Amino acid sequence: MSINVNGSSAIPPIDARVSLLDFLREHLQLYGTKKGCNQGACGACTVLVDGERILSCLALAVQYDGRTITTVEGLADDNGLHPLQQAFIEHDGFQCGYCTPGQICSALGMATEARRGVPSYVSADLTADIVITREELQERMSGNLCRCGAHNGIIDAIRDGLAAGDGLAAEWGE
Amino acid sequence: MTPFHYVRAGDNAHAIGLGAGSGAAYLGGGTNLVDLMRESVARPATLVDVTGLSDAIVETDGGGLLIGAAVRNTALASHHAVRARYPVLARAILAGASAQIRNMATVGGNMLQRTRCGYFYDSDGARCNKRVPGTGCDAIGGLNRNHAILGTSSMCVATHPSDMCVALAAIDATVHLQSGRGARTLPFTEFHRLPLEHPEIDTVLEPGELITAIELPPLPCAKTSMYRKVRDRTSYAFALVSVAAALQVEGDRIEDVRIALGGVAPKPWRASKAEAALRNGPATEQAFGAAAIAELADAVPLRDNGFKVELAARLIIAVLGELAGAAA
Repeated sequence: MSINVNGSSAIPPIDARVSLLDFLREHLQLYGTKKGCNQGACGACTVLVDGERILSCLALAVQYDGRTITTVEGLADDNGLHPLQQAFIEHDGFQCGYCTPGQICSALGMATEARRGVPSYVSADLTADIVITREELQERMSGNLCRCGAHNGIIDAIRDGLAAGDGLAAEWGE
Repeated sequence: MTPFHYVRAGDNAHAIGLGAGSGAAYLGGGTNLVDLMRESVARPATLVDVTGLSDAIVETDGGGLLIGAAVRNTALASHHAVRARYPVLARAILAGASAQIRNMATVGGNMLQRTRCGYFYDSDGARCNKRVPGTGCDAIGGLNRNHAILGTSSMCVATHPSDMCVALAAIDATVHLQSGRGARTLPFTEFHRLPLEHPEIDTVLEPGELITAIELPPLPCAKTSMYRKVRDRTSYAFALVSVAAALQVEGDRIEDVRIALGGVAPKPWRASKAEAALRNGPATEQAFGAAAIAELADAVPLRDNGFKVELAARLIIAVLGELAGAAA
């Protein structure tokens, strides 16, 4: 068996104690995914598993045998940065940048959830279609902390970057 | 983290066979257990991964729902029938953790979360009867703003951290269990236990017993239900106090009511005394207040958490008031 990481096949670790985060960073030398709190409180380690956002620090790598992982290194292509990466630059969506890979992977997972109609705690009507307001974005991104305090720029970048690249614009509310 | 064996269970029988082994623990999304292992609070010899077991949500013959224990929290909160018929459950799940964690966490794992009491986590520096039986409790004379006011003992004052479980306690859910001795079901409100003399035991699960499913009964009043959570920040924080409630009003009379509290007790706290005070009575703010007082009469605040008594009362009144408005 193997774990697919950004299109390449990797052999899962022998030691079951290895977290998916340490597997990415220390075994595969993919240092884009960051270790913040290492206890599920900050979101810096967020990656996509089969398109769904999870915390790699709380994931044992062996549990993800056979799955497809996308990290921040897997987003840019031959044409350059992913539109969301570009939007983070344009909207000052970071200062130190440590939380940024997690923020970007989280936002991509968030967009997928929104398209699937997953509600949030602030969704007014659980039986109606989801409208992604700014308040919704803030709530849906609350698992990613930024200690520089760039949250307003982050939300602006997500609105702009996903509207451009991921066809979520039609669902934007005020 | 101490070394352990990892095995992925293929079906319930396989899981139960492995789970009967010495030092075995079932692993769901790992969002709590992996952290506890890293902190040396939990040291299982074998992890039996049960995330490949039932993740189905199916309608029961009686008009309820049967939810596989491996259903992820996000999937449960997003399910159309849960959103339409048990909004309190969808709201409670969405009030908990973050989207990333809800994507990982399973229903069974959420039920088996352990307290976030800081002294429980502090393996090196604190005494804790829940972590090491008989050593004492540093929370009772320590920093206990986040701790329980109901159902505590002289051994432990920790709260149960789950939001989902508060909703399940309110709506009369049933737990399906399986072990080598067979299958059994029990009311959700009897699944978690109070600390009494043994705070190290959180639930009535027998060794190796597996949670296979949760069953929701048909419950008309749950259609008018909600979950409100008060916490130190707007999102991604554990409850100081939370209320799950369902209310059905006929004319001016309360036909049916369900209330459970979070953040105030060692288990999801079904507010039976408040319900009894309200049933068949008027749906007025005065009645809601009297019910809250009836439920909280037994509260025993600690040094730092007396505010939870007043907060819980106000929250009960506010939630019932909002539901009465919605039901009218």
